[in-house]
Amino acid sequence: MEALSPASRVDLARALRQTAITALIAFGLLLPLIGFNTVQNIHNELVLETRWPLLAVLVAIIAAGRFLHAIFIAPALARRALRPRQEDAERTATRARRVRWLTPFALGFALVYPALALSIVGTQGAVKWVDNFGVQILIYVMLGWGLNIVVGLAGLLDLGYVAFYAVGAYSYALLAQTFGLSFWILLPVAGCLAAFWGILLGFPVLRLRGDYLAIVTLAFGEIIRLILINWVPVTNGYAGISSIPRPTFFGIPFNASDEGFAARFGLEFSPVYRTIFLYYLILALALLTAAMTMRLRRLPIGRAWEALREDEIACRSLGINTTNTKLTAFAMGAMFAGFAGSFFAARQGFISPESFTFMESAVIVAIVVLGGMGSLLGVAIAAVIMIGGTEIMRELDFLKVVFGSNFDPTQYRMLLFGFAMVLIMVWRPRGLIATREPSTLLNAPRAARLRKQKATQPSLAQEPHG
Amino acid sequence: MSRPAAIAGTHTRPVAPAPNIAPVLRVEHLSMRFGGLIAINDLSFTASRSDITALIGPNGAGKTTVFNCITGFYKPSEGRIALQFGDPGVWEELSALTERGTRSVSRGDGLLFLLERMPDYLVTQRARVARTFQNIRLFQGMTVLENLLVAQHNPLMWASGYTVLGALGLRSYVRAERSAIEKARYWLERIALSDRADDPAGELPYGAQRRLEIARAMCTDPVLLCLDEPAAGLNPSESAELARYLFEIRDEHATSILLIEHDMTVVMEISDHVIVLDHGQKIADGTPDDVRNDPKVIAAYLGVEEEEVAEGGVNGGAQGRT
Repeated sequence: MEALSPASRVDLARALRQTAITALIAFGLLLPLIGFNTVQNIHNELVLETRWPLLAVLVAIIAAGRFLHAIFIAPALARRALRPRQEDAERTATRARRVRWLTPFALGFALVYPALALSIVGTQGAVKWVDNFGVQILIYVMLGWGLNIVVGLAGLLDLGYVAFYAVGAYSYALLAQTFGLSFWILLPVAGCLAAFWGILLGFPVLRLRGDYLAIVTLAFGEIIRLILINWVPVTNGYAGISSIPRPTFFGIPFNASDEGFAARFGLEFSPVYRTIFLYYLILALALLTAAMTMRLRRLPIGRAWEALREDEIACRSLGINTTNTKLTAFAMGAMFAGFAGSFFAARQGFISPESFTFMESAVIVAIVVLGGMGSLLGVAIAAVIMIGGTEIMRELDFLKVVFGSNFDPTQYRMLLFGFAMVLIMVWRPRGLIATREPSTLLNAPRAARLRKQKATQPSLAQEPHG
Repeated sequence: MSRPAAIAGTHTRPVAPAPNIAPVLRVEHLSMRFGGLIAINDLSFTASRSDITALIGPNGAGKTTVFNCITGFYKPSEGRIALQFGDPGVWEELSALTERGTRSVSRGDGLLFLLERMPDYLVTQRARVARTFQNIRLFQGMTVLENLLVAQHNPLMWASGYTVLGALGLRSYVRAERSAIEKARYWLERIALSDRADDPAGELPYGAQRRLEIARAMCTDPVLLCLDEPAAGLNPSESAELARYLFEIRDEHATSILLIEHDMTVVMEISDHVIVLDHGQKIADGTPDDVRNDPKVIAAYLGVEEEEVAEGGVNGGAQGRT
């Protein structure tokens, strides 16, 4: 910071005033929430306790934060807003270059990840790392990419996406148990059934857009969940479906028997092989989703989806049947959710309506929005952060030493999600990766693309500052 | 069957090549009511083939409502809107088609459509009517080229086998897309935007966005192009350029133009035929010179008292819609 000039003294006075106001508001808000606490004593009586030191500490933290913001962060943001455009252009160009390198790197890392886990933590530890981090994250990457077709490309806000995930999971579980069909037959079947339900939902809600559509899809998600809970003869209600057949390695089961995968390949039996197989399976499914999305974006249907997101009336004036266009988007998104759902059922071996709550839909929508609508890489990064972050919190046992043994970091998950969401929306309101790659180019076949991008991107990435 | 008067005969400036007598569009007894509000009241007019027909009138006269009825965005309360292309003999089927209750009829290579029976997207897809909007409606985030490709959605969709064949990367689709890009390139050269083809449409200057919207409409291969205030917000030199552009479209592309315009210099310069609306009713119909000197038109624009001009308009309630 520069020396105290008269101007900055005025700033200091203003900062102090703002700090005082903030402290006062914080005090007013926290007094009933933190200052007073009711506890039950041994005689079952409710006793009022006061927690003045805790209240004082929290108010002090908030006031200090506000003071720092007023003194350092706000002026820094103001300076950044004043900086000439050219500098911004340079920055976006380097960022674009970095993003281009990121894709092959991330892909390579995803391919060698199980081997990496095996070599670092051994077969015992690898199960946890490949399953909890690898498979879990990739399921959400796939769901995010599937929802990206509906929300990111076609611009239809779907808050009930988890319903199709549930349809896929229950389709696989019920059909596999009832008819004994294999995973590889039921995977496309589950996808088709989910797509069918997507079309079924699509029909009544075609006239709706924006908030209204979001509310109807949200209701649809709840309807599916309630059916799963209440249609006990078929779905077994809350108890869920257990002992769902697990996928086999093209007919070879992953078990300790002589016919099992480990015995056949002369390996010592370990659950890690199944986990690794599941990992590559979901990786392949997720990449299939990405490949389809990239392909469709370059076809007329994909362009029509994006045009629909931009302006539905203009679409109709160009002779595009918006009904069919929306339905295909719904069906396509639902189909990938169905794939993911049947994978989920096969991996868990047990499903219940608990797994398909609105919270799941919200997390998937959050992944798409945080990642940047329409950007595959952004969605993948957001899924890694959101889901990986949750899993990491389970590992933070050392915090118990600091905060006492009752402390459970996973309980603060939603708080941290909310915090991350606010930060992203302030700093990058259009998501982590907000640039849109044109589906086709007229003047710049590859060679000149770099130059072109430099010229177009600054205004594409323009965001309101402050 | 009453043929419309050959209005295109009395021109003061270069006449469109070989004026065809058969109209491209006939609007008959069109009425549009929104609840108690009468936006259009018993309006009839025709637009001749290869003509530029202008629809003018004060604010709230119902011009855009007429456009929305023609392009299928509104279902008219009453009336018939017939559009024809190909062999003009098919006009003789009009009353039979109306009786039958279907959307279209063909005779030889002639096709006749009743637009009020068609949903908006089919009006463009089948009857080949394209339109632009008063407030520009480009796909702002998509590139200029992509805007022109979206306009060719239907032929490309067909060529891609409704996505299936295209997803497999078949050669026929690749060829179709290449020719679609060639068509886009042609229009981009016409509107002098070739070097900005890969920029987002929303970043173009206002005048270029207007031109692009017209080019996008032309990419649907229309027989009738409806332009809603194409010169709004353009400076005089841009307006002159627009006029030249519209002449070229009319003369080279077998496209008739119907336009709404407030800029009277543009209207008088480019129109072959002018229709004046006021309070949802037609008050004048003729060549620019006829209309310019019509006392009712002058009254409508200058706001002369009702009793000074006979049947000056309906009860003044039909306002608020352009």
